[in-house]
Amino acid sequence: MDFLPLYLSAKLAVITTSVLILISAPLAYALVYAKWPGKFLFEALVNLPIALPPTVTGLYLLYLLGPQGYVGAIWKEVFGGTLLFTFAGIVIATAVYNLPFAVQPIKATFEKIDPRLRENAYVLGISPVATFFRVMIPNCINGIAAAAILVFLHSLGAFGVVLMVGGSISGETRVASIAIYEAVETMNFSEAWILSLAFLPVSYFLLLLVNRLTRR
Amino acid sequence: MGLRAILRKKTEYFSIDVDFFCPEGKTLVLIGPSGAGKTTIIRMLAGLDRPDDGRITFRGKVIFDADRDICLPPQKRDLGYVFQDFTLFPHLTIHGNASFAAKDKNDVDHLINYFGLAHLRDRKPHQVSGGERQRCAICQALARRPDLLLLDEPFSALDVVTRRGLRAELKKIKEERGLSVVFVTHDIHEALFIANSILPIVDGKVDRDWLEHITSPSSPRDAQPRAVREPKLALVY
Repeated sequence: MDFLPLYLSAKLAVITTSVLILISAPLAYALVYAKWPGKFLFEALVNLPIALPPTVTGLYLLYLLGPQGYVGAIWKEVFGGTLLFTFAGIVIATAVYNLPFAVQPIKATFEKIDPRLRENAYVLGISPVATFFRVMIPNCINGIAAAAILVFLHSLGAFGVVLMVGGSISGETRVASIAIYEAVETMNFSEAWILSLAFLPVSYFLLLLVNRLTRR
Repeated sequence: MGLRAILRKKTEYFSIDVDFFCPEGKTLVLIGPSGAGKTTIIRMLAGLDRPDDGRITFRGKVIFDADRDICLPPQKRDLGYVFQDFTLFPHLTIHGNASFAAKDKNDVDHLINYFGLAHLRDRKPHQVSGGERQRCAICQALARRPDLLLLDEPFSALDVVTRRGLRAELKKIKEERGLSVVFVTHDIHEALFIANSILPIVDGKVDRDWLEHITSPSSPRDAQPRAVREPKLALVY
């Protein structure tokens, strides 16, 4: 019995969630409060992975992260390797795929905050950046934590984009969802069941936590 | 010196067009019915709304000038602002709120004691009464040591007894610190108690008739007296 896929899934979920929260909180703040031309076009682009099938997003990423794609070429220039079929590649792919799942709930949380709190900070002489850290983040922490948990769960079960960009390389990109799929394909149902059962208590407990965090 | 404001702005229902002056260390009350544009005027003074045209100076410093495209953000206007409703930061204690932007931490303790909040310093805003929250909001604004204090109907959500107490406390500390104050209210009693000068606003314009109407002997209730009794009370038009 190989438990490495479970470890890889957890590692992928932790890294993706950390990266996404760091990116999504300021991005959601800018989408709610900043005024810039073409904002709605950018927001639609951020949300695109929700509308596209994971395999389609995966195909685009396969090209972008490949040696001929912009991201892949830059990566090769800087780090001297390829992103495809690597753990770094599936982290980027999972992050892109999950971006709207992080941005949207955080944006909704920011929208719920009384705008006068921000104004009050401003008239007290606090800069917009300091207001973000001293007022907005502390008052949105539950919403951000809930978004982080949802992204974590989503990343834990990532399948389509991971398979397209990372394939199934043991110890590198063969995460639990792919291992389960392959176990079923090869009629190894006991391994499939054991891996699947590992997801159940974690997912259930984290969903309970989300409910608690978002309950008013 | 003092606050000089010429403000013009188109709103959904009317155009604001006012020109007024608040002398240094005095209290100017903007009074008028609800929806008259008072809050928009005070928000323009604070830098929270931008006028379409006009000019604002305080102590000779230009903080807004449409012709020269100068519009200082609220952070650079060095003023205190107290909102109509309670806008304390819910994640902070009463002391945390009062000291949020304080220039001198000792001053915070003095203000907290002055406004009778010492025993509540470790409580969160939702654990204290409306009057206590508004006292804390005034502490918060004063702890920044502003020279100009803007108050937008700060006592409108409070009961009569609490309002009276707060008015008196505010008037006393204003005198102590020599603050210039712009105070928005729709309550003539409040205006008469606190004002050095009164600017009646109706539909975005100064309206002398409105004030005369509500302070006339035929007006219901006893609203009229002080303007008549006290010739020192200047009506600013």
